Amino acid sequence: MSPETLPVDANSERTGVTPLAAVAARDDSEISQGLAEKPVFAVRDLSVHYGKSIALKGVTMDIRPRRITAIIGPSGCGKSTLIRCFNRMNELIPGAQVSGEILYHGEDIYASGVDPVVVRRHIGMVFQRPNPFPKSIYDNVAFGAKINGYRGDMDELVERSLRRAALWDEVKGKLKKSALDLSGGQQQRLCIARAIAVEPDVILMDEPASALDPIATTRIEDLMQELKQEYSIIIVTHNMQQAARVSDETAFLYTEVDAETSARWGILVEFGDTGQIFTKPRDKRTEDYVSGRFG
Amino acid sequence: MSARSWQRKGVGRKADSLFAIMAALSGVLILLVLAYMVISTTATALPVFGSQGISFIAGSEWSPSNGQFGILAFIYGTVVTSVIALVIAVPLSLGVSLFLTEYSPRRLRGIIGYAVDLLAAVPSVIYGLWGVFILLPLFLQPTADFLSDNLGFIPIFKGPASGLSYFGAGVILAIMITPIITSLCREVFDTVPNADRQAAYALGATKWEMIRQAVLPRGRAGVVGATMLGLGRALGETIAVALLIGSSVKVDTSVLSPGYSMAAVIANQFQEATGDHIRALVGIGVVLFGLTIIINMGARALVWRFNRV
Amino acid sequence: MDRWAGSRIVPGVCLRECKPARRRVWRNRRNTTLVLLAVGLTLIPVIMILYQITARGIATMDWEFLTSSMPFSFRREGGGFLNGLVGTAIMVGLASAISIPLGILAAVYIVEYGKRNWLAKLIRFFSDVMAGVPSVFVGLFVYTALVIQFGFGALMGAASLAIIMLPIIVRSTEEMLKLVPHELKDASYALGAAKWQTIMRVILPSAAPGISTGVMLAVGRAAGETAPLILTALGSYQLTAKLWGAPMSSLTLAIFDGARNPFAAGQARAWAGALELLIIVLVFTVVARVVASRSRISR
Repeated sequence: MSPETLPVDANSERTGVTPLAAVAARDDSEISQGLAEKPVFAVRDLSVHYGKSIALKGVTMDIRPRRITAIIGPSGCGKSTLIRCFNRMNELIPGAQVSGEILYHGEDIYASGVDPVVVRRHIGMVFQRPNPFPKSIYDNVAFGAKINGYRGDMDELVERSLRRAALWDEVKGKLKKSALDLSGGQQQRLCIARAIAVEPDVILMDEPASALDPIATTRIEDLMQELKQEYSIIIVTHNMQQAARVSDETAFLYTEVDAETSARWGILVEFGDTGQIFTKPRDKRTEDYVSGRFG
Repeated sequence: MSARSWQRKGVGRKADSLFAIMAALSGVLILLVLAYMVISTTATALPVFGSQGISFIAGSEWSPSNGQFGILAFIYGTVVTSVIALVIAVPLSLGVSLFLTEYSPRRLRGIIGYAVDLLAAVPSVIYGLWGVFILLPLFLQPTADFLSDNLGFIPIFKGPASGLSYFGAGVILAIMITPIITSLCREVFDTVPNADRQAAYALGATKWEMIRQAVLPRGRAGVVGATMLGLGRALGETIAVALLIGSSVKVDTSVLSPGYSMAAVIANQFQEATGDHIRALVGIGVVLFGLTIIINMGARALVWRFNRV
Repeated sequence: MDRWAGSRIVPGVCLRECKPARRRVWRNRRNTTLVLLAVGLTLIPVIMILYQITARGIATMDWEFLTSSMPFSFRREGGGFLNGLVGTAIMVGLASAISIPLGILAAVYIVEYGKRNWLAKLIRFFSDVMAGVPSVFVGLFVYTALVIQFGFGALMGAASLAIIMLPIIVRSTEEMLKLVPHELKDASYALGAAKWQTIMRVILPSAAPGISTGVMLAVGRAAGETAPLILTALGSYQLTAKLWGAPMSSLTLAIFDGARNPFAAGQARAWAGALELLIIVLVFTVVARVVASRSRISR
């Protein structure tokens, strides 16, 4: 199956343009302008070990501000491991070790003296399964602001965050109701509202729509387009159409297998403009993957 | 089908129903024993209930030789020692269970979990022996003296201070119920999904903020249930309390003075008791039974509700 | 310094200079300290009890202690708790003989016969209630029901211990039976086995490790009970194997008497008895845990 014949989905039906054509037709000048910007994250030779086994090897990439960067690849290739490096969530797993550098605006987030609590307050995260706290909708959104000592108008902050997450109209009458009563898609948007309420700089999304139905997925994707005006977004997805639809740049990860020990680890195969990755991949493995030959 | 195989089938069916009946009878036996427990003890105590009336539970005059049986002092002692035990044991249990679920490295978790379980397995008579000969001179008496010397102006710490007191019994009870509350709390905290913890961390929470916001709220009902089960155990605990409470029939506001508890008076006076005195001790048992049943059923209801959520 | 400031983060701020508010860091540290303190305070009694029971027990523990009965006076040195050890063995053995089959059968009824049946629910609920009954009350019950008529003795003590063991066995067996996979039962029925054969030959054997864990915990608990025995077996200086008609001692009763008397010789015997009892109880508890963890791995 060639890239041009990727199935047309709900989103493209609505816009009347196939996503890949849209990506390919994007003005080149916009991209060349972007190159001049300083990266949000500069990843340098990043490797992750869990105990003695290696999970991710030698990743180097630059992530640019106010873009959506997608991380794709077959399952088990270390996508989630990579995205969890950006806000130091990996170190919550016993035995996890990170080597190499992740420079956030030029500063290594793994340097000694950097508190992971501070890193996570700058770099928000939305998880695969919606995970609101078993509290009211209001308390969920206010949580981060409260612990970070926000002294402004909390009601206003909650409303603003819910509006930006495109959830306000659906929940404004029931802010004191439990967040667990919401539908899955609403819960996930609540988690996004909760993340942006602390005013982060970057939002990490680990397969944010994989547990949702197609309509809820579309809403999340639309929301991401809104959010990228203000935030840099990194998204892990196993859904190639989604990556093609929403992202500006795409990183393709692949699993390498050691023939002798059959140990497996992820490597970054190719990183570039989404249009280029999906239409003119440089690496054979990328081409095979995006054209659906494996994975 | 031959007659022989048909017969075998018939035998099998008979055996089947026989087995079913045996199983059902074993179950029903539990109900009968429990019912007979209430009937038999209440019937034995009835003459004393009748002669004492309301003063059985409202009076504090306990004088077997004069036929006066008011058990208020014992009820008071049971309640006071149990409350002291909870005040000490609940924070300790919360701390230990949080350590085991949130802080501990995996290796240490096994060892400390084992140590706490060990504490639960030690028989109460050993706690009593250890309490009287080791804990009393080493900790209970000095602490009681210290409290009455420095905080004696507060009525509950008024001297003269004794280690054999509500306080002493409460401390030993606390040590005994800590493992029970800990293991229940631990089960409750273990059910908190990791996703909740990660959500809190991803928002920039410190470890404590994560626990405070993600772990404790989910476990609230379970913790209350665990506390009540611990209370149920403390109310009925006999031997260790009998050795440490000081055996003095009175209602005293100071926790540092000797008292008596319901279970302890049964164990201590039974061997010398005769006639109505024995009936009165059985009556104390009936009241104690009622009290623990109420507490335990409440606890079960809470834990049950928690498990369903 | 807490950089909430203008609420929006300035990109490129220096992470190293940016610290969570001192109040937050301090609270985190204080509570970590409190948690560690709680662990320390809980471990102190464990270590003290193990150490002191061992140290003081060994001082008196010898062959004579293990093989002879109590002297008639607490004042006198020598002698041992053989009467108590035999009493505990007899009464716990009898109690097990009564409560293990009854408890397992009752659990079988709850799980295999009475699914969603009011009687099964009732039995389950009241076995929970029974587990919460203070042991001293169980003793009072056996006293009023049996001792008043037949006198103190081993059988009465065993009856009270059986009532204490019963709910523990019912609950643990019930939990284990629930874990037996459906496929196993179906396979047995498909071979034409009757229900009772399936239960006896397939279900109970496959749940056996778990059930034996519960049984051993119950035995450990019964061996450590004192209060109900005061009211039913009463205690005795003499070694006896009479099941009724004569009071019987137990390790726990002997320790209790030793702890209550003012004489050094009696107290020394109590410590040695405590060591003996602690070893017995811990062996049962530890073996139970080992069996439990083994069966969990194989599952």
